[in-house]
Amino acid sequence: MKSLDELAKIRENRREALKIREGIPSATEKAHVMMCGGAGCISSKCTDVVDAMKESLSKNGIADQVQIILTGCMGPCDMGPVAIVYPDATFYRRLKPKDAEAIVEEHIMKGNMVQRLLYRSPGAKEPTPKVDDIDLFAKQKKIVLRNNFYIDPTSIEDYIANNGYAALGKALVEMKPEGIIEEVKKSGLRGRGGAGFSSGMKWGFTANAKGTPKYVVCNGDEGDPGAFMDRSVLEGDPHSVIEGMAICGRAIGAEQGYIYVRAEYPLAIERLDYAIKKAREYGLLGNDIFGAGFNFDIEIRIGAGAFVCGEETALLKSIEGKRGEPRPRPPFPANAGVWGKPTVLNNVETWANIPEIILKGADWYAAIGTEKSKGTKIFALAGRINNTGIVEVPMGTTLREIVFEIGGGIPRKKQFKAVQTGGPSGGCIPAEHLDTPIDYESLGEIGSMMGSGGMIVMDEDTCMVDIAKFFLDFVVDESCGKCSPCRIGTKRMYEIIDRISNGEGREGDIELLIELANTIESTALCGLGQTAPNPVLSTIRYFRNEYEEHIKDKKCACNVCEFKE
Amino acid sequence: MAECACNCGEDELTKQLDKIIDPYRGQPGGLIQVLTKSQELIGYLPKWVQVRIAEGLGVSLQEVYGVVTFYAFFSLIPRGRHKLSVCAGTACYVKGMKTLIKSLRDVIGVKPGQTTPDSRFTLEIVRCIGACGLAPAMIVDGKDVHGRIEPEQIPEILEQYA
Repeated sequence: MKSLDELAKIRENRREALKIREGIPSATEKAHVMMCGGAGCISSKCTDVVDAMKESLSKNGIADQVQIILTGCMGPCDMGPVAIVYPDATFYRRLKPKDAEAIVEEHIMKGNMVQRLLYRSPGAKEPTPKVDDIDLFAKQKKIVLRNNFYIDPTSIEDYIANNGYAALGKALVEMKPEGIIEEVKKSGLRGRGGAGFSSGMKWGFTANAKGTPKYVVCNGDEGDPGAFMDRSVLEGDPHSVIEGMAICGRAIGAEQGYIYVRAEYPLAIERLDYAIKKAREYGLLGNDIFGAGFNFDIEIRIGAGAFVCGEETALLKSIEGKRGEPRPRPPFPANAGVWGKPTVLNNVETWANIPEIILKGADWYAAIGTEKSKGTKIFALAGRINNTGIVEVPMGTTLREIVFEIGGGIPRKKQFKAVQTGGPSGGCIPAEHLDTPIDYESLGEIGSMMGSGGMIVMDEDTCMVDIAKFFLDFVVDESCGKCSPCRIGTKRMYEIIDRISNGEGREGDIELLIELANTIESTALCGLGQTAPNPVLSTIRYFRNEYEEHIKDKKCACNVCEFKE
Repeated sequence: MAECACNCGEDELTKQLDKIIDPYRGQPGGLIQVLTKSQELIGYLPKWVQVRIAEGLGVSLQEVYGVVTFYAFFSLIPRGRHKLSVCAGTACYVKGMKTLIKSLRDVIGVKPGQTTPDSRFTLEIVRCIGACGLAPAMIVDGKDVHGRIEPEQIPEILEQYA
């Protein structure tokens, strides 16, 4: 890629071919079927539906007039396999191979929607055929997931058609490095890994740090249980991460990037690897990109199963092939990162925001969200909720809107009890705080945290003592053992909570848990340890009566804990 | 000494191992990649493999052992032909992971972390696999995700893996 014109030419050509996906009927093609190829739908056997559809298309002699594209995750995992048929934008759900024939022969050939496969809102008589009208999607705002309905994640030209790499072109040809950093600062973008540090400031520190070469790193070690946002971005739109990193490379003067992905995500690794190869082929990675004298390339590093590697200093050690043990900060990665050199480290979702910010401008981005938290956030909704899956909403949306409007509420007429955010570092939020608007500060105030975006809904049958025990067990197992507050302290906490859940709790155990928790919070070495007591503290804060019931009455109201005789 | 699944014999295995090591010779930074590929080849990481990797990359055996035991992905003991990894993410936990593990134990007769005597299955518990919408979920051989598993479906699922 040597010029903006060259990119524009590819974009225009490809956009013409994709018009059908914008609802404009084509003279040569009957339909584009966008089949969700996220991990959820793949495990619900969407590829069998694709095969059946291809067979039916061939049988009817129209195989060359219909494209079937496996997209990234569309979000509604529990309705999988799902598909959208363009140009009508009809949304079909729970597809089986035997349904393929009806879609081909009725919908595609005759123009009659297959009623029984359409989505119906809970309680509604009439179906909602068009994807944009469905309640689950209507309240969302897609910035990071802008491409997940639209493109084939294995096609770089599809990505380019939807303005892909235009931001990189703009950054290289029209902007100065300081200007790029200024724009990111002004946008108000904060780290989506959970801590929420200003991305622009981080870039600025690294740009000014002494030492070369500099590095750009993507944290794709999405370890929080119940979080799968990064996975859906990497699988559905890998080029957006590559483009974001390359823009940063220009801004801070780096020529090498690393993407660290966990081994548990084989499909994400495969798609990313392919995307990097394609980007090199098109000259969007490599030497002299856009003829601007800028060189940049990316390597993938695969994690080997250690939760602590999501912590930035541990991740950097792991990239170097060592044990992923954290170290005290400062120095921060901006001064001493990979191989001791200045490094910018951001999370997958943060990177995917960058191209849109550069292309549409900081003012556009800063107009979305709340005063201190700008833009959108992706959440992974799961647990005891009707619509599980991925949702992207503007910052400031309330928990109630997410759980009850987008998520469709609690199944089987059960009562909502709590929503857990922030994984093992976060907390359980009870019903009384459902109207809290989501941003970094307000979630912190009610004893949880934004975290990476996992959101697990719990109903009246979930025992909060048991949940706290689950997270402690996780932390005890994943503690790297380097510092004693985390290694020994969390283990002692686990033992106390274990005996409470066995019916052997003692008077004073709750106070002891709080004391231990406060000590660990203030003395542990890294983020994992410092936040490890949060699930216990937040459940004691809001559900102390359940702890007391376990200790005094030897009773688990939810019938989850098994008491010793 | 190690046995290789394809019965190609140790010498052949050593040759293949050296091929994995070669591009990283003298580069300690490649340790995790080399270990990952070596485990794919051999199935686990016995001492002779670690010694050879240490010599090849120019790091101490102690460091290699330190990395192998740090990361959950690496194993020092042989594993079964099929790896049953039950997801222990929060969503799976809330939706019946404990029952799933108990049912699997009842069917194959081993606890998490163990391998069946006929080397057919290794049962293990893994961190969130990101299929929360399909909880409770299990991933077989690192690639086949089975979701919303009911205990009575287990024999049918296991039948696919001889």
